[in-house]
Amino acid sequence: MDNNQSLDPRVNRLKLNASGEGAIVQEGENWNAFEVFHQEKRGAHHEHVGCVHAPNAQMALIFAKEQFGRRKKCVNLWVVRSADILAFDAEDEDMFANNGEKTYRDASGFKVMEKINKFKKEAK
Amino acid sequence: MINTTAISNLLTVMADDALIQGHRNSEWTGLGPIMEEDIAFSSMAQDKIGHAWALYKIIQEELKGSDPDQFAFLRNEKDYKCCHFVEHPNGEYDFSLMRHFLFDHAEAIRYEQLQQSSFQPLQPLAKKLKGEIKYHTLHANAWVSQLCRAGEESHARMQSALTACFPLALGLFEPGGEAEQILIAEKVYPGEKALKEMWQDRIYNILTAAALNLPDENTIEPVYGGRKGYHTIYLQPLLEEMGAVFRTDPAATW
Repeated sequence: MDNNQSLDPRVNRLKLNASGEGAIVQEGENWNAFEVFHQEKRGAHHEHVGCVHAPNAQMALIFAKEQFGRRKKCVNLWVVRSADILAFDAEDEDMFANNGEKTYRDASGFKVMEKINKFKKEAK
Repeated sequence: MINTTAISNLLTVMADDALIQGHRNSEWTGLGPIMEEDIAFSSMAQDKIGHAWALYKIIQEELKGSDPDQFAFLRNEKDYKCCHFVEHPNGEYDFSLMRHFLFDHAEAIRYEQLQQSSFQPLQPLAKKLKGEIKYHTLHANAWVSQLCRAGEESHARMQSALTACFPLALGLFEPGGEAEQILIAEKVYPGEKALKEMWQDRIYNILTAAALNLPDENTIEPVYGGRKGYHTIYLQPLLEEMGAVFRTDPAATW
């Protein structure tokens, strides 16, 4: 037992033995991490706000409601198993490295309001 | 004109149940088996105490009652009308969850009926509390369902908790005698017997799905007396703890 002490209660509750033999995980004992997404008002996109641990998605929703939906305005929550979320590795960060230099991809990168306003005035 | 004595009594009954159950819920703060449950029971504690306050406020404003804080913290034990069910210590988590399940479904039904009460101030309150109580019952349902399929020991403990809780839970529907008949006649609410039957129908379906056996009511002695001021040994220490800060200076503005 000593070899398997962990700071993570999810590991300890499995009662793994020192010899490393396989352990049977009882139903309800295998808690997954779920990412929580919060919708502030109808029509807005859900925003990621954190995670909860739960044995299934139903329980995760119940936990998420109080953990992330008890203060600010909230009209809906999603939970998604963390394991179902795919992401790039840290070393792939370089693919995004030059975004800051490409302001031409962002509407705010174009100084055109004066031209637009002038056009509107002339169109009257 | 609605009978003010009878309705004050009903609201006091409801408020005292919510206040004492809210206090018991709060005792899980810092002690819940997982952080998510610590938060859940703390939030439900706040909700219950808020419900109690709202009811005491109606008693004060509509029925010539006293200040809610004074009423909540300064009555003698015998003047409380809570049922024994909410007075019992939390015990293990199985008992607390089962009590939460039985209590909150009773609340849900009671407030559903009060949405059509002839006593007008109760209608907006019942509608306002609807969403909070929905979360309470969803939370309870999820745990009862989860723990009853989490192995033999878990299921057995939940059955044991149900068997222990059920006679106490019947105390939620302690008959109110003549005052209750007046309220039924005046359509303030449908009465304890009707509420109990609705409650039993509702919990039966959920318990059956969880493979739990509801004890046969005919073989059970309901635990009554709280509505008349006869309480368990647990209430007095709870009141002392709950009111300790308030009693250090009842006139203070916090």
